[in-house]
Amino acid sequence: MSEAVPSPWRRRSLLLAPVAVAAVAGTGFYAMLRGMGTGTYDPRGVPSALLGKPAPDFSLPALEGAERPALGGTDLRGDRPVLLNFFASWCVPCVIEHPQLMTMMRDGVAVLGIAYKDKPEDSLGFLRRHGNPFAKLGVDQPGRVAIDYGLYGVPETYLVDKGGVVRWRWAGPITPEILAQQITPLLKRFA
Amino acid sequence: MIPELGHFALALALALAMAQVVTGLVGAHRADARLMGATGPLAAGVLVAVASAFACLMWAYVVNDTTVMNVVQNSHSAKPLLYKLSGTWGNHEGSMVLWVLILALCGGAVAGFGGNLPSALQARVLAILALVAVGFLGFILGTSNPFDRIWPPPLEGQGLNPILQDPGLAFHPPLLYLGYVGFAVTYAFAVAALIEGRVDAAWGRWVRPWALAAWSFLTLGIALGSWWAYYELGWGGYWFWDPVENASLMPWLAGCALLHSAIVVEKREALKTWTVFLSLLAFGMSLLGTFLVRSGVLNSVHAFANDPERGTVILILLALYIGGGFLLFAWRAQAMLPTGVFAPVSREGALVLNNLLLCSIAAVVLVGTLYPMFADLVLGEKFSVGPPFFNTAILPLAAPLIGAMGFGPMLAWKRAKLFPALQRLWWAALLGLGAFALCLMLEGQRVGPALGFAAAAWIIAAAAADIADRIALFSRPRAAWSRALGLPRAAWGGAVAHAGMGVMILGLAGMGLAVDKLQLVKPGESTRLAGLDYRLVRVVDATGPNFTARRATVEVRDGTRLVTVLEPERRSFPVARMTTTEAAIHTNWLKDLYLVLGDERDGGAVLRIHNNPLAPWIWLGAAIMALGGGISLSDRRMRVSAPAAKPALGSARA
Repeated sequence: MSEAVPSPWRRRSLLLAPVAVAAVAGTGFYAMLRGMGTGTYDPRGVPSALLGKPAPDFSLPALEGAERPALGGTDLRGDRPVLLNFFASWCVPCVIEHPQLMTMMRDGVAVLGIAYKDKPEDSLGFLRRHGNPFAKLGVDQPGRVAIDYGLYGVPETYLVDKGGVVRWRWAGPITPEILAQQITPLLKRFA
Repeated sequence: MIPELGHFALALALALAMAQVVTGLVGAHRADARLMGATGPLAAGVLVAVASAFACLMWAYVVNDTTVMNVVQNSHSAKPLLYKLSGTWGNHEGSMVLWVLILALCGGAVAGFGGNLPSALQARVLAILALVAVGFLGFILGTSNPFDRIWPPPLEGQGLNPILQDPGLAFHPPLLYLGYVGFAVTYAFAVAALIEGRVDAAWGRWVRPWALAAWSFLTLGIALGSWWAYYELGWGGYWFWDPVENASLMPWLAGCALLHSAIVVEKREALKTWTVFLSLLAFGMSLLGTFLVRSGVLNSVHAFANDPERGTVILILLALYIGGGFLLFAWRAQAMLPTGVFAPVSREGALVLNNLLLCSIAAVVLVGTLYPMFADLVLGEKFSVGPPFFNTAILPLAAPLIGAMGFGPMLAWKRAKLFPALQRLWWAALLGLGAFALCLMLEGQRVGPALGFAAAAWIIAAAAADIADRIALFSRPRAAWSRALGLPRAAWGGAVAHAGMGVMILGLAGMGLAVDKLQLVKPGESTRLAGLDYRLVRVVDATGPNFTARRATVEVRDGTRLVTVLEPERRSFPVARMTTTEAAIHTNWLKDLYLVLGDERDGGAVLRIHNNPLAPWIWLGAAIMALGGGISLSDRRMRVSAPAAKPALGSARA
């Protein structure tokens, strides 16, 4: 039926079409994989509705025994940008990102912590074992503040600028790459 | 020690497969019988090596060897033996070994049963299969070694995802892989044909059973997965247009088109270029699915490993096999000249229509699956493409496909008249209209399900009419029985598979009439849905081998008659820190009563009740479709294929 096409080069270009489509798709997939490495493409990332909006206000009790003050919404507004980190002792990726939080603390970045759905004694044990990077620390055992922030899971980190506006959100562990390629430039930009 | 043996066996398999590539391609090119003769034994060697590696891995799971990283991550001593075994392929590394094992089995089958193939074709097919195996063995050894050790060994494994602890899911991946990998064989045949520049009826006769077998297994695998989602996930649905589900549907659609167009190649020596293209496409879709599931570019509940590095390697393999296949196609497909000509209205024409529609549906699924990813990449926008898109885009394509399914088999080869075929189908059409009217009458303004019932009635009746016509049931009823026995199994298989599709659509239409209800019920209270009373008797604690559960007991009554007692559970797995719902399902084949236990509060429990008419028929239909494939496979023509005698036979039939 259709196989006797008169023009040979048209037939050839038709035969080349699958290669072209496959090449375009392949390039796209490659870009996605590259993007996953650098953090610019994240299939799991759900854009936060909070970006560019004021951080929701809250007031959380302190973690007893951690020797850090309690955390409230007013602590997010100040003279420099802050990082707000949701963590839990039962969360394995939190252990992975912990060294990066410690590095930032040593570099003088204000890292604020919220212990999410975690028993206070477990949170305390977690911080004693791995170190405490948080300048201020709140306990959100029922997870209500997490709902206001639309938490996707732990760990999750928000960057809030001086005016208290959410500028960046990262769902998942902060790897050294994320720290170097995203957080450090953002902190400079909003300083 | 045994894990090291397994690791060694994988490396050995890689070496043997490399040798097989060389002997096959070089031997066929030089027409060197000795080299070509070596490919078969080499394929057997690869099979033995990969099977040993798989057995070693399985052994590590059975004895719960916690020095093996893979076992630690995916198993637990408290797990029942069946799930320890299925744990072997329930993870990325192990499933890749299973994948290669099935590929090696296919290679062994081509080597063992392909003695009557032209030896150059057989050698080339084996070489291409080995080339695929080389890539994936290299991938396993390089990035996902299942035999990696961990020291010091932890006392206990980290458990398998409890949702995966289920007999349905234990066999879902092997069936799917049988399907995916089966298309590797048709791919190898296509590439071999492109190298030789020749496609003939013998080629079609060899490709079709492989396409048929792969398609049947894929049908079973997808159906099992969908059934599992239905009873295990507890959402009451059976298909969610999840990207990973789509990834398995695309090769199915391409394979379905392939096995139909291979008929035309075999019987009429037409559509050669197209069939070769479909062979490449079906395997391409299989590999694309592998890439999507394993690279982490997708956001899905099913996704395996989120590892861009592995993704890059799979992408390279994809580029090699698919890009290479398509390049070869662009370069060599010119050489394939069709010999059979046919009129638009003919069996061939109907099969072309089938192919166009199936491929359009596959394209819709492909676009719907990939578009969100590419939109995210290029435009930076996040959105998901859900059921509304797929349903509205596929319906207009499915409607003519269903119509063609009915009259296609009635048309004669080469040149047919539409009217006599339709004349023989008037009662099927009438039945379809009747089903449509009946559904509208009984269920009110529900056009979607009514159309579904009409389509189902039309397909099943048309399949019956096809058989009745072939055995001359009405014109010469006395001879009908002996004619039925003499009818080729391929004809039976086709009709059965078509009828299976009809049964499945019946189930889908029934599910269109499903109702559900969410209600907080206290013990002793009852609630009503679709004419049945559901009374919550109690909610108690229960324990299983590796979980604790809350179990509700619900009595279902029709008036005063007790229909059944349902016991849905909510299980929590302490090791994996997960909770799963175990829906309780009572079926009488006409409908499923489907009950899920939700949260407990205020002294009561939230019950989600579904009344799903005809739900089991969805999977029954799929099983019938696969059965049709099996019947067709048992056709004498497939078992006793004699390419040498083919030209005479072919001309006699045409």
